[in-house]
Amino acid sequence: MSIRPVLAVMLMVAASLPARALPAIESWVSADGARVLYVHAPEIPMVDVELVFDAGAARDGERDGLARMVNGLLEEGADGLDADTIARGFEDLGAVTGFSSQRDMASVSLRSLSAEDKLAPATALLARLVARPDFPATAVERVRNQMQSALMQTRQSPGELANRAFYETLYPDHPYGAHPGGTETSLEGITQDALKAFHERYYVAANAVVAVVGDIGRADAETLVEELLGGLARGERAPRPEGPGAAAGTTLLIEYPAEHVHLLMGQRGMRRGDPDYFPLYLGNHILGGSGLVSRLSKAVREERGLSYSVSSGFIPMRGEGPFKVSLQTKAANAGEAMAVVDEVLAGFVAAGPDEDELEAAKDNIVNGFPLRVDSNAKIGGYLAMMGFYDLPLDYLETFTARVEQVTAEEVREVFARRVDPEAFVRVLAGDLDDAQRQALGVVVHDGE
Amino acid sequence: MRTARPLIYLLLTALLALPWHAVKAAAVTEFVLDNGLKVLVKEDHRAPVAVSQLWYKVGASYEHGGITGLSHMLEHMMFKGTERYGPGEFSRLLAEAGASDNAFTGRDYTAYYQKLGVDKLELAFRLEADRMRGLLLEPGEFLKERDVVAEERRLRTEDRPNSRLYEQFMAAAYVAGPYGHPVIGWMNDIQNYTVEDLAAWYERWYAPDNAVLVVAGDVEPAAVRTLAEKHFGAIPAAGTAPPKPRREPAQTGPRRIEMTIPARLPYLVMGYKTPNIQSAGEEWEPYALTVLAAILDGGSSARLQRELVRGTEVAASASADYSLYQRLPGLFTLSGIPADGVPVTQLETALEGVVERLRREPVSEEELERVKTQVVAEDVFQRDSVFYQALRLGMLETVGLDWRRDEAFVEAVRAVTAEQVRTVARRYLVPDALTVARLDPQPMDGQAMTAQTPPSRTQQENARVH
Repeated sequence: MSIRPVLAVMLMVAASLPARALPAIESWVSADGARVLYVHAPEIPMVDVELVFDAGAARDGERDGLARMVNGLLEEGADGLDADTIARGFEDLGAVTGFSSQRDMASVSLRSLSAEDKLAPATALLARLVARPDFPATAVERVRNQMQSALMQTRQSPGELANRAFYETLYPDHPYGAHPGGTETSLEGITQDALKAFHERYYVAANAVVAVVGDIGRADAETLVEELLGGLARGERAPRPEGPGAAAGTTLLIEYPAEHVHLLMGQRGMRRGDPDYFPLYLGNHILGGSGLVSRLSKAVREERGLSYSVSSGFIPMRGEGPFKVSLQTKAANAGEAMAVVDEVLAGFVAAGPDEDELEAAKDNIVNGFPLRVDSNAKIGGYLAMMGFYDLPLDYLETFTARVEQVTAEEVREVFARRVDPEAFVRVLAGDLDDAQRQALGVVVHDGE
Repeated sequence: MRTARPLIYLLLTALLALPWHAVKAAAVTEFVLDNGLKVLVKEDHRAPVAVSQLWYKVGASYEHGGITGLSHMLEHMMFKGTERYGPGEFSRLLAEAGASDNAFTGRDYTAYYQKLGVDKLELAFRLEADRMRGLLLEPGEFLKERDVVAEERRLRTEDRPNSRLYEQFMAAAYVAGPYGHPVIGWMNDIQNYTVEDLAAWYERWYAPDNAVLVVAGDVEPAAVRTLAEKHFGAIPAAGTAPPKPRREPAQTGPRRIEMTIPARLPYLVMGYKTPNIQSAGEEWEPYALTVLAAILDGGSSARLQRELVRGTEVAASASADYSLYQRLPGLFTLSGIPADGVPVTQLETALEGVVERLRREPVSEEELERVKTQVVAEDVFQRDSVFYQALRLGMLETVGLDWRRDEAFVEAVRAVTAEQVRTVARRYLVPDALTVARLDPQPMDGQAMTAQTPPSRTQQENARVH
């Protein structure tokens, strides 16, 4: 294979360079207003490109599932090409594509060999998909059915059912409340016109971020980005998702025939770029974000053997993302597990971390930092995230210094100010007996 | 993070089933310590990080009835303290070093790893060498951890209809061979482990001459050697005897099972007994089977997506799976969820039709060429993950293959012909070697959910052999 000799040369060059601690990020704005972040990584002859639109489920409007359906249909027919032709087009080049759509981001990604005869046609094909999807009627029906099938799968997964109810309850009348996969009814109501209109509004250059990492020089990367976005209108960036506050202090039960109870509890958390990000991040790391050494894991799993997995986390989003504690436990232990979590939370919110814990957490985060950026895939993920959420270009460079600056008092203060377990939304999915229902004061949730 | 630990064995199975991930041999250094510990070093100087993986040749396929899942339970206990570092100390030291550490258990191996800054590598060696001998197995810790493992099984198996079907499928496919029981173990076996079971298992398998240490990243082989000798060098060899062969008797006709459990969606798994790289009659066979799996499921243009998901729309999803690197012969599997309103039997007929066509006519040159292009590209792509490169080396060694075998992978796949693909389909994808399992969903709502019978028992009763 002709690639081999090139590989050998690249390997030798790579071996002679010092290992890099941080990628050098460059950034520019495309001709039509897309923000571009780029890292030159010549060691492996491949290129990763991710194109992220602010076109996730937060933009669904009255039609839950619309954003995901649009995203899923891009590869099902575009610019006169059918799904088979598109699939062959990428796979004949050895290229790999990815499509995903969550609440904030709708993403389209490409991994290709960097050789010109592979990368150029793969990019050209992707550009056609993104700019000119056809939404053919047969494909629309097929993808609708696949999404219905995915909903059925959700309905046999108690963890996913709990998650869904958690978002619904925490975000009433807010774009984050709806399930990105839609509902049985909403999916039925999505028309070809709605798909086209959504695409026209949100798949536009000014609403896009492009991340490029790999064996490609800056000038070629600029050309690639213009090729990729060439067919898109400039358009406008979508506004920040907003909505009224949550109903507080509810405990819901989703009746589900399982041995386990899945438990989720939490509240609204923060946006990306929140001024309290670092103390909240560090505090959560100690509370439930650091695996087996976290306070929650020690109390629930290590000391009592109540759960295989227990964790907490903030999910910073463009709008206010949630703070969430989750665990699973045997149905009979649900009350005990929730009480233990509450006790740990109350203690942490009242007193904050002690100095030793804080130092240990800082050591963990600072010493482990190089692992976060040790592959092109991880670097690309950071670029997309930084671009999408308007984080400063020195975000990675200053990350460990910002962590080091946090004090125990700061953590205590922000947790006391911003985390209120009394007001948590709590969701249990499982098979609880009457005594437990009464003890926990649950309201049976009428899921669809 | 460690709470995700045993997820990895599931992911691993999926990853390793992917046909095209060869390791570049150029930068691998091998040496063996006097006590028999084999060390492989893979240099990758892109970032100042390293991964250390210690692989033991023991896993679920080494277990017999009554102690199924014991290797996985021992993996959990390995984080529960040694004579030198008490419970929690191991995790605390690594956490401070910023390491991401975890472990995974498979059918043929149990592996422990740390990903960390390259300047912290010695800590990983010190702790890993320490727990190769001198594990505490403290009874109180053991009882709590046994509950955690039972919780894990509830989470991963009991509450997931498709996982339950797959478990029953494997149990039906194997009568005597040890691939028939789940890696996590049967629930009743888990609940009856004793400390003595674990102590014996640990004594028997955890020794330098039954292990392989793989280090990858921004390291120099000579420095790794010095460190390995310092920390592992003094541990005596144990002269570990390999497990008994436990060959599966030849299958002489199709087997079918059906599970009637509460679920929303039907699910189908079909598997044919196939040889792997160690048991193949002819050296090219496993590579031809690898290509065959990719012809069916190597992307969106492959046959299952093109014909069953898009073309006839009988499947909501469908996949094919084959792993050439295993200690014992495994299965070539086809699985899927029928499209809405399509009976599961129709999906089964469609999948049989796909197999029948592979037996009848050679695959097209275009399809073959596409698979080979993908293999070459994936061979480059996988170099982005230092962890995966190390994984590949350790996995080959622990299933009984020299890691250099993987060097030949891309070329061997590229040499496969359309006629060879048809030949393996004719030889191995035959009804006599087939096991089929179907999930027939029962209502989930109403009184069904408050049944007093524990689902694990219901499952046994309702899995019936036709």
